[in-house]
Amino acid sequence: MLDLRKIKIITWKDLLEVRQNKSVVTSMIIVPLIFVVVIPLIMLITATQTGSAEAFNDPDLQVMFANVPDSIGSQLEGMNDVQVMISLMLGYLFAPMFLILPLMLSASIAAESFAGERERKTLEGLLYTSASDAELFIGKALSAFLPSVLITWAAFILYIIILNTVGYPVFGRIWFPFPTWYALMFWVTPALSALAVGATVLISAKAQTFMSAYQTSGSLVLLVLGLFAGQATGVVYLSTWVGMIVGLVFWLAAGVLVFLAIQGFNRKALLLQKAH
Amino acid sequence: METVIDVKNLCHKYGDQQALNGLTFHVNHGEVFGLLGPNGAGKTTTVRLLNGLFEATSGSLQVLGFNPSDDGEKIRKAAGVLTETPALYERLTARQNLKFFGTLAGLSEPDIRLRTDELLELFGLQDRADDRTGTYSKGMKQRLALARAWLNHPKLLFLDEPTSGLDPEAAVQVRELIADVRQQEGASVLICTHNLDEAQRLCDRLLIMREGADRAQGTLAELRRLVSPGMWLEVELLQQPVNMNDWLNSNHTPGLLRSIQAEEKLLRLEVESEDVIPTVIAQMIQAGFLVKRVQPQEISLEEVYLQVQNFHHHENTSG
Repeated sequence: MLDLRKIKIITWKDLLEVRQNKSVVTSMIIVPLIFVVVIPLIMLITATQTGSAEAFNDPDLQVMFANVPDSIGSQLEGMNDVQVMISLMLGYLFAPMFLILPLMLSASIAAESFAGERERKTLEGLLYTSASDAELFIGKALSAFLPSVLITWAAFILYIIILNTVGYPVFGRIWFPFPTWYALMFWVTPALSALAVGATVLISAKAQTFMSAYQTSGSLVLLVLGLFAGQATGVVYLSTWVGMIVGLVFWLAAGVLVFLAIQGFNRKALLLQKAH
Repeated sequence: METVIDVKNLCHKYGDQQALNGLTFHVNHGEVFGLLGPNGAGKTTTVRLLNGLFEATSGSLQVLGFNPSDDGEKIRKAAGVLTETPALYERLTARQNLKFFGTLAGLSEPDIRLRTDELLELFGLQDRADDRTGTYSKGMKQRLALARAWLNHPKLLFLDEPTSGLDPEAAVQVRELIADVRQQEGASVLICTHNLDEAQRLCDRLLIMREGADRAQGTLAELRRLVSPGMWLEVELLQQPVNMNDWLNSNHTPGLLRSIQAEEKLLRLEVESEDVIPTVIAQMIQAGFLVKRVQPQEISLEEVYLQVQNFHHHENTSG
């Protein structure tokens, strides 16, 4: 029987510790700001200042736009060039990049929570408590999962506000988000967070330091870059149903990784890993 | 007498490496029991097995009436452990550390608050209670780690090298705290140490380990008798009597003296027991010895320890 009070205090302690880790906190603030504020503002201001889509008339971008599926193209009907460019860039193409947030946030917190405990030589004290292996795992996993999902959602809300306020002169109405984003935010984002937690716990079993665990799990960003490349070349376009399928695949992968991570997360294994 | 730890023929292997090899001992209620041995003797492994962190390869063990392999959580809930390193969360304050471990030990919020104040006061940390423990000295960290181990009024306390790495003042302070709190709370204590002075001061009974097995165990007096059945006296004379060598060679005290070492005016006599000291000294005076000082020489635990370890080392290398 799981003791929720113990799980809660483990999550509380890990979050308190994460708050004191400057490198994690800095990345938790800076990266969302770049994705949500800096890049969109540059694009929007460029478009609204010039009053034309010239800034986006790069030949490579044009190839990208040519690959937009008809289903998306129909949603853009009636828009002028600037509105189309902004919608495509910030409303569609930018979507996979947004997924970097849950990956990066949960990987950094999980690395801090699992590998950091070994690095700071606090693991043994924790293993001598009466918390069960499952309570320890869940408490620690939640400390990475919950903030990464919540911060991503908060960043999404900020993104909506910025796109609609700064983009108002161009669109003259509330134009964002598009329906595809809901699947992305509420289905794919939690899946990616869980995936990153599972992967980072597995990596942390081998890594001796927070940094090495974080750097190795950082390779998960390739998944997102793959989606971005797929979307840019027209191979996979993140429509609502594609988002649901991608999310399902991520959830299944997360399930496998978390299952494997739980198998290796027991006192004996953790102590022997520590000894190595 | 109630037994809180009962270990019989305990064996444990890490892969091919035999960490414990037939260890047998018991700890009585209210007793301070010391596990002595060099690094790698198996002391920490024993504590881990007793707390259910590992499963024994063979043998039987009971802790507070529970089997650690099945009821590790129950044992960890009722016991307190001071690990070799303080293992505190250094980015958290003392209060936050105690809140965390108190909750995991199953204490209620009001109990944690009450107990935290009580222990911080007792361990002299109340002025720094809201500072991050990373800013503490080694001695303060060790005191807080000890407070953490005592948080849940443990029936049984495991202390792994409690004064390791501390300066002499801090070590004395920690030892006094262990003695005080043990008296106040009446807990049974198992101490792992290679600090023999500490073991001699704190422990009621001792077990000397080597290579995962027990080499000798008992009270300090029992261990002394094991390595040296008699008792040593140092007798200083005002002057060496003319007939001293004759007296020494002729054994004027049959059945009382076991052996004699003489160096000018200083004699070392091994007597049968404490009870025969007056008789031996009276006979020496009668024989014309001018006795200036008589000093019973207790064998230190260090001598006992070294003799036990060396005996087994020679036994192993010659065998």
